Amino acid sequence: MSESMQILEDHTKTEYKYGFTSDLEMDALPKGLNEDVVKHISKKKNEPEFMLEYRLKAFRHWKTLKEPTWHNVHYDPIDYQDIIYYAAPKPKKELQSLDEVDPDLLKTFEKLGIPLNEQKILAGVAVDAVLDSVSVKTTYKEKLAELGIIFCSFSEAVQEHPELIKKYLGTVVPYTDNYFAALNAAVFSDGSFVYIPEGVRCPMELSTYFRINMANTGQFERTLVVAEPGSYVSYLEGCTAPMRDENQLHAAVVELISKENATVKYSTVQNWYPGNDKGEGGIYNFVTKRGLCAGRNAKITWTQVETGSAITWKYPSCILKGDHSVGEFYSVAVTNNLQQADTGTKMIHIGKNTKSTIISKGISAGKSQNSYRGLVKIGPKATNAHNFSQCDSLLMGDRCGAHTFPYLEVDNPSAQVEHEATTSKIGEDQLFYLKQRGFSEEDAINTIVSGFCKDVFQELPMEFAAEAKKLLGISLEGSVG
Amino acid sequence: MLTIKDLTVKIEDKTILKGLNLTINPGEVHAIMGPNGSGKSTLANVIAGREEYEVVGGQILFNGEDLLEMEVEERAHAGVFLAFQYPVEIPGVSNANFLKSAINSLRTARGEEELDAITTLKLIREKAALVEMDEKFLQRSLNEGFSGGEKKRNEMLQMALLEPQLAVLDETDSGLDIDALKVVANAVNKLRDEERSFVVVTHYQRLLNYIIPDFVHVLYNGVIVKSGGKELALELEDRGYEWVKELATV
Repeated sequence: MSESMQILEDHTKTEYKYGFTSDLEMDALPKGLNEDVVKHISKKKNEPEFMLEYRLKAFRHWKTLKEPTWHNVHYDPIDYQDIIYYAAPKPKKELQSLDEVDPDLLKTFEKLGIPLNEQKILAGVAVDAVLDSVSVKTTYKEKLAELGIIFCSFSEAVQEHPELIKKYLGTVVPYTDNYFAALNAAVFSDGSFVYIPEGVRCPMELSTYFRINMANTGQFERTLVVAEPGSYVSYLEGCTAPMRDENQLHAAVVELISKENATVKYSTVQNWYPGNDKGEGGIYNFVTKRGLCAGRNAKITWTQVETGSAITWKYPSCILKGDHSVGEFYSVAVTNNLQQADTGTKMIHIGKNTKSTIISKGISAGKSQNSYRGLVKIGPKATNAHNFSQCDSLLMGDRCGAHTFPYLEVDNPSAQVEHEATTSKIGEDQLFYLKQRGFSEEDAINTIVSGFCKDVFQELPMEFAAEAKKLLGISLEGSVG
Repeated sequence: MLTIKDLTVKIEDKTILKGLNLTINPGEVHAIMGPNGSGKSTLANVIAGREEYEVVGGQILFNGEDLLEMEVEERAHAGVFLAFQYPVEIPGVSNANFLKSAINSLRTARGEEELDAITTLKLIREKAALVEMDEKFLQRSLNEGFSGGEKKRNEMLQMALLEPQLAVLDETDSGLDIDALKVVANAVNKLRDEERSFVVVTHYQRLLNYIIPDFVHVLYNGVIVKSGGKELALELEDRGYEWVKELATV
């Protein structure tokens, strides 16, 4: 069994365990948000004083803000007083066999090639333990600990490493940043924390698949990654299997800090429930992701494959503060049916000789709307800054839309900024050509779409890329002809 | 092998083919000639199953089966190959991967085992040599940035790899210089055998100097107005399409 498979098994076991634990607290706060709720969350999580203060400041600031409306997405107003902001981990409803699971979901699992046991887990069916995962988990944790790497849930980090949290929390995305970031800072439940010491190359992909504590990361997730000078880490977030959640509003915050000569690669595959074909019930995903290249030669790469959610509002960004630092953004955003995506990036060049690359591939099908929104800002001291942006849109059918909103602010005359954009339609000609060579319609679409996204897929870790390709095919099924 | 009876085809509201009849036996090479707009390309595309053409009457039988009832890919699986007049470009899809998928989708459809990567590559290289194609084109994106001649070479490479029972060449010679023309003809001639048939659609007689047809048909205004042997092509070259138009009015 390969390491990654064992890790999957591990993850499997972890969820299973939570599914059965009977001594979990079942308390949940009533709906609504006020200072008491914020205090209660902090208390429940046994947080130190500085965390409570941070949350309260964020909450007070949030109250002064208005929900943004500048984006190109439309939805009914969210009632923030109609949301439960704290619920203790609840055991999932246990099903006895796969026969009780939504057959559509099973069909998708099958197409993704998800092993049977994992299918059961994802669908919430009881499984027998297949191997002693505790030993796997321990070995894995020990291996990282030997190198001084910290990889744990955010709550655990608050307890075990409060000094690191205090030092870095909110330094890249302050709670004053935007409406959803302020909300997250006030009420975030959990998330991940990664710390890579100086000069250490993290020997494995750190994935939420095998994060140690998986319970209830849910709605307001908080992730913080700190890479000390000369270190390297590749972090994978998400899952290609469809993720359902009863919480409609998701507002996550991710902060990355890459110091001198350090590299952080952050890859996401997002496949939250997009709602049905009438657009009902999908997840609203309002995410603030930002990385700081703090030192010379620091590098941050964002790679994302976004296929899920009813609404995606997300701009993973890089602040290129260190001289010679590098920011990269590779994105595939797929929208189908009535999905809406407004996504892109911001590259803020502050240091000299900083370099950024933006490759964005938007695929729209059905009646969906897909917008790229990107800002390239070259500050006055960013001599010889260089940016290359390429934004390509692929339309499938004639009822969908693709939009590009590139913003450019250049305050230094030595900057070199290149922007290329194309819009193409998946052609009947291309489909006919491939079918004439024996491809099924499904294979033909997958081939064309994978080709279109090649520049992004090649940035993903190999196994992830293969899954992402399949996922795209499934997301776009039946969207042509 | 292929029997076309009384084929009538519309595109939008215009009738292009008006009761066309044609019979092709195994091993035969048929040239279809005719002036622009006579329906040559329509015929080629209808055989391959292109959707924008509406068949309003008639029948096409391929080895006794109703070809018009078959999906595009089913026709390919059954052994129908169309060499395109304008091969499309598909960015980001490597030519080699495309060829491998094409070979294996036909094999799978026929219940044969897929070829492994090494065997496939060997086969592709062998056939690439046949059409004098530089191997660097195998790594490039499918047809992207290929010159007209390179695209047609690539069509011939696909034909050689897929070994169809019936190959339809839709003006494969258009826009080719004499060297590329010879490559196309050479590929066809090497693949000619007692079982395999070809329909060579062409505007000019030139290609038929290199691919000697068994039959030549002149298509005009949606019907075949004259059929004959290879000498008909030369006569056409001599007398021009005006002569055909006169034939049609008789």
